[in-house]
Amino acid sequence: MSLVIAATIFLASCKPKDSAIQAAIQAKEPAGIVVAVEKGQVTLTGQVLDEAAKASAEKIAKEEKGVKSVLNNLTIITVDKPVVIAADDTLIKNVADAAKDFPTVKADVKDGVVTLTGTIEKSGLITLMQHLSALKPKKIENKLTVK
Amino acid sequence: MALQDKYKGLTDAAVAAGITDLAVREQDGVLYIDGTAADGAAKDQLWDVYNQIDPNFASGDLVLNVNVSVDAAVTHAKVITQSSNLNIRKGPGTDQPIVGKAAHGEVITLVNRSNDLWWLVRTNDGEEGYCYAQYLEAQA
Repeated sequence: MSLVIAATIFLASCKPKDSAIQAAIQAKEPAGIVVAVEKGQVTLTGQVLDEAAKASAEKIAKEEKGVKSVLNNLTIITVDKPVVIAADDTLIKNVADAAKDFPTVKADVKDGVVTLTGTIEKSGLITLMQHLSALKPKKIENKLTVK
Repeated sequence: MALQDKYKGLTDAAVAAGITDLAVREQDGVLYIDGTAADGAAKDQLWDVYNQIDPNFASGDLVLNVNVSVDAAVTHAKVITQSSNLNIRKGPGTDQPIVGKAAHGEVITLVNRSNDLWWLVRTNDGEEGYCYAQYLEAQA
């Protein structure tokens, strides 16, 4: 009897702790996946590119020693969300606001397409592109000469 | 599909950076990537990747619309112009008269963020009006 108890305690102490399991799985999963472990039950959250990546992440978790179950809450990134494109009158106003601080840039809008001509400093280009991309254009035709 | 391959490095980086509400789809020869970044650094990192794949953004085949999430509880924002003062205007638009200015680096009070592009702010001097949101960084 005492042997059984001793063996049980021994086995229990051999089981990897949640924190150790969590660290081991987290190290093996691709970046962007969040691993949580409670009493050997693993929960995966985050976004992945496709079903294969979702299955692969689950497999990694299941193969880890001490894992009892895996709750796969990973979501797959959206590919069917409609693309929203701003109407020209809204876009023209917003593009004018965004381009105001770049006097060497000319920005034209037609049918949702923003066409940029003129010159710009390299450092300003990212800022301008970031601002324009937030305005829901159909396309940004960048014909700027970068200095 | 070809564009998704061209910009795979960017999509991978977005997933790795934990961009939420990520949506990636192609339409009429343009790839649209939308999502929300936890902070400005994560957003800038994606733009660096974009710039590496398509130097100077010259191809016109991607619209990268990643916004920085702002907690509803945030009450202050820092002026992040390159160096100049930020105009505070009577209404949301550069066609509106300037009613004040906030200095580069100054932290001002957020009054209302219901307009995505123009936030209603108040300076420490009590001047109130609209600033271009892209030049404001929400303070945690």
